[in-house]
Amino acid sequence: MAEVTTPLYEVFIRAKAGLAHKHAGSLHAHDDAMALQMARDVYTRRGEGVSIWVVRSDLIAASDPTDKDMMFEPTASKIYRHPTFYEVPEEVGNM
Amino acid sequence: MAADLVTYTLRLADTALVLGHRLSQWSSYGPTIEEDIAMSNLALDLIGQARLLYDYAGTVEGKGQDEDALAYLRDEHAYLNLLIAEQPNGDFAVTMVRQFLYAAFMQPYMEALMRSKDATLAAIAAKAEKELAYHVRHAGEWLVRLGDGTAESQARAQAGLDDLAIFVGEFFETDAVEKAMIAAGIAPDPTSIRPRFEALLDHVLGEATLRRPVFSTHHLGGKTGRHTEHLGPMLAEMQVLHRAHPGAVW
Repeated sequence: MAEVTTPLYEVFIRAKAGLAHKHAGSLHAHDDAMALQMARDVYTRRGEGVSIWVVRSDLIAASDPTDKDMMFEPTASKIYRHPTFYEVPEEVGNM
Repeated sequence: MAADLVTYTLRLADTALVLGHRLSQWSSYGPTIEEDIAMSNLALDLIGQARLLYDYAGTVEGKGQDEDALAYLRDEHAYLNLLIAEQPNGDFAVTMVRQFLYAAFMQPYMEALMRSKDATLAAIAAKAEKELAYHVRHAGEWLVRLGDGTAESQARAQAGLDDLAIFVGEFFETDAVEKAMIAAGIAPDPTSIRPRFEALLDHVLGEATLRRPVFSTHHLGGKTGRHTEHLGPMLAEMQVLHRAHPGAVW
């Protein structure tokens, strides 16, 4: 019953301007407007953010955990894709 | 004049503390974990406002009473809060109606208090105004969903509105103390807030498909220490720890 009237939402918080919104957690709410308020109350009580995104969890297309090997295993042997061979200048800041 | 300022400040402080305490009584009983936290946040906003106001009242009074003395060692008849603040939580709809009525008045009131000639009250009002703006939004959104929800939720919201309407008239009543504060440019005239309060109320009640009740002035007295039967038991519970263990700290 609670699932029907209050669907699950995923919450994304931007910690400060210039950073990306990061997944903070999830919550139940009646609709988008209430989900934003609940996200504010549950996930930004300690000054965590300056912006919030919420999206209904059932609107997210997600990969199947059983496809893990097919999806992600092939990258394990391709270390040349990592930018670890470069020196990142201090001035670049957040990447 | 200083005595009037103390009385006026205590009225604001007591109202914030009593309503904050009422909201805190929902902790762990909220309808959902999210709303439980939300109500605790509202409570903490109000208790924070009360602390600043008590601190200022104690300073102006100059008798060495700190915020704890003012909050925990005054009896029912020394409390000067608006009567609506002490009304029992009832069901969730009643609590949200109470919160909305209070915040819809207090948010524009604090906005006006920001222009007070008293710099401390103006600064406290600037902080409180932002917090109360969120209370208006949160309680208002709930009112819309409860009113325009199921037959059950609408009936409960309407019942809460009808029951609490008798305490709204007190918002706009002023006595000699408050009139002196208004004349001195320290306090806003609450009657000047009424058009904004009613416009906001009509807007939200319209969306909520709730009927606006008649706001009577039959129930006054909170500002002078004459309370409904609900404040005494609430204070007894709120004050018992401090009175049993004076000066106790974490």
